[in-house]
Amino acid sequence: MSNQGPKTLFDKIWSEHLVGQREDGTNLLYIDRHLVHEVTSPQAFEGLKISNRPVHRPEATIAVADHNVPTINRQNIEDPQSKIQVETLAKNTKEHGIQYFDLMDQRQGIVHIIGPEQGITQPGMTIVCGDSHTSTHGAFGALAFGIGTSEVEHVLATQTIVQNPAKNMRISVNGELPFGVNSKDLILYIIGKIGTAGGTGHVIEYAGSSIMGLSMEGRMTICNMSIEAGARAGLISPDQTTFNYIKGRPYAPGTEHWDQAVEYWSSLPSDNDANYDHEIVIDSSEIDPMVTWGTSPEDVVSVKGTVPNPSSAKTENKKKSIERSLEYMGLKPGTKITDIKLDKIFIGSCTNGRIEDLRKVASIVKDKKIASHVQAMIVPGSGLVKKQAEEEGIDKILKDAGFEWREAGCSMCLGMNPDQLKPGERCASTSNRNFEGRQGRGGRTHLMSPELAAASAITGNISDIRDFT
Amino acid sequence: MDKFHSLKGIAAPLPIVNIDTDMIIPKQFLKTIKRTGLGVSLFYEMRYDNDGNLIKDFVLNTSPYDQSKILVTGDNFGCGSSREHAPWSLKDFGIRSVISTSFADIFYNNCFQNGILPIVVSPENLDQLMTAAKNQIEFTIDLPEQVIKAGNHLIKFEIEEFRKERLLQGLDDIGITLGYKDKINTYEEDKKNKKPWLFKDN
Repeated sequence: MSNQGPKTLFDKIWSEHLVGQREDGTNLLYIDRHLVHEVTSPQAFEGLKISNRPVHRPEATIAVADHNVPTINRQNIEDPQSKIQVETLAKNTKEHGIQYFDLMDQRQGIVHIIGPEQGITQPGMTIVCGDSHTSTHGAFGALAFGIGTSEVEHVLATQTIVQNPAKNMRISVNGELPFGVNSKDLILYIIGKIGTAGGTGHVIEYAGSSIMGLSMEGRMTICNMSIEAGARAGLISPDQTTFNYIKGRPYAPGTEHWDQAVEYWSSLPSDNDANYDHEIVIDSSEIDPMVTWGTSPEDVVSVKGTVPNPSSAKTENKKKSIERSLEYMGLKPGTKITDIKLDKIFIGSCTNGRIEDLRKVASIVKDKKIASHVQAMIVPGSGLVKKQAEEEGIDKILKDAGFEWREAGCSMCLGMNPDQLKPGERCASTSNRNFEGRQGRGGRTHLMSPELAAASAITGNISDIRDFT
Repeated sequence: MDKFHSLKGIAAPLPIVNIDTDMIIPKQFLKTIKRTGLGVSLFYEMRYDNDGNLIKDFVLNTSPYDQSKILVTGDNFGCGSSREHAPWSLKDFGIRSVISTSFADIFYNNCFQNGILPIVVSPENLDQLMTAAKNQIEFTIDLPEQVIKAGNHLIKFEIEEFRKERLLQGLDDIGITLGYKDKINTYEEDKKNKKPWLFKDN
């Protein structure tokens, strides 16, 4: 990457954070904010202890427990191992002077929900977390990516990370989004198009009028699932929508620095003639509400479509992989997607657990009842999302419709806590991964938008929101 | 970190594409606060039935593959979550090298932090190596020479120089970076002046 000439948003953030080059030729990148949770950090803190190393800048790190936490009865975590992990995080953060939002704190929630909510996430920052969905924060024009536990330890000890620059990919989506199509459909469509390894080695910048027309919540849903397209990070240019969202939040720049910050943030969008290693242009009119049928996020199809036939696969590998998925999912080729009957509905996660998502669901299920054969659960992304929903009466609408209203956490997105699918159970889920066993051993996941999941809860089958009145 | 120089043995064939980190080590095993002890749970759902008994025809449950130090597997291995428990469980089982056509970025990086060598080969070479693994032909992986030998096959592979050195010498990455502490401090001081809102440390 040259220092001269037009730059992408990624190039600008990269050069701003370059501390220098090590003798081995690798780059040291400065990290502005480090988010820490209970599952991927204990071994990092243990490593520091063994080597007798301090945390370099404790104020740059924020910690919260989210993966393991129960969404009911949280006074007492029943699973002894989960309990130890949560207690270990509390102990480690206390020992090193790191800010920790405990389980009884209203600010507790999924790490990728609370970063933006608190104003911790800001344009132009570098943000890391021992969690692959850190890509979420890219919605603000921050370079944010998931790291492993060894790197968590490295960041704690040095506030830097060893990195080499990624390649630039731009995906532009243009045009007004068709009725019933939203950010989740957009990102599922993109993953279907480029595949789960399509973005490997790249940072994906999302651009175009469809993307820039989205709210911050919608943008976060897009960037969140960049990892499902193989990219470590997603990026969207910061604009007035971004600034308006950040202003006044607890960790946002105060009045004394606000203008200076906005001036810098406004300089971040990619230069007009910047170069990309890959460019993809999509016309939004070609996108339908999307649903996954298989066990990889790239296994997507329009809700109006059918389950694919392995014999139509272009390669032998692909054929085998479709066969394996169909067997796991208990589906026959040619089945109409809307004929698929559901057992559970899960609304929540760092992909779709924000207030806007809950409002959409409430507007769809208001004065209706969920189908008698389904169990539906809604897990707000944070304590503050929950509080706001309750202030707006959303919880009542959902409970009246038959939804279970839970405390904040990652919950059934990955089923580390007691919220899990049983073998063979089929779930409409607003989360991000439909991997084998992800939501519980033998559990069958269909990823979709909150709108589709809400409509599906009422009918008991996967449903097209456009047919739903 | 453990050094890696060369490796010899029977490689286990696992011809599945897009093996994600949930498949490598499912969530219930992420509740540990240790790095060790995960090998027994590697590929748990493919390896054990609902009652926790070994599934006899799964490759790592059969001799000689239950002793394999090398895994040959399909495209995009290690996609999904950032959990370092994935390489920890591979290593704890005894796997020190994984051969595929491609790896997910975070997993690839995590391997090097744990003395595991992930090797990228072409689809044609993967087919050859998969067959060799199925035929229980002995593999030799030579990191200094960057070559895999299996029967008549001699396959060169690429690796970034700094990663190679770190594996060969078993270097402590944090220790190296702490050698640049002055640079980091200077960077921070400069940034505090130019972008003070980033240091509004609450």
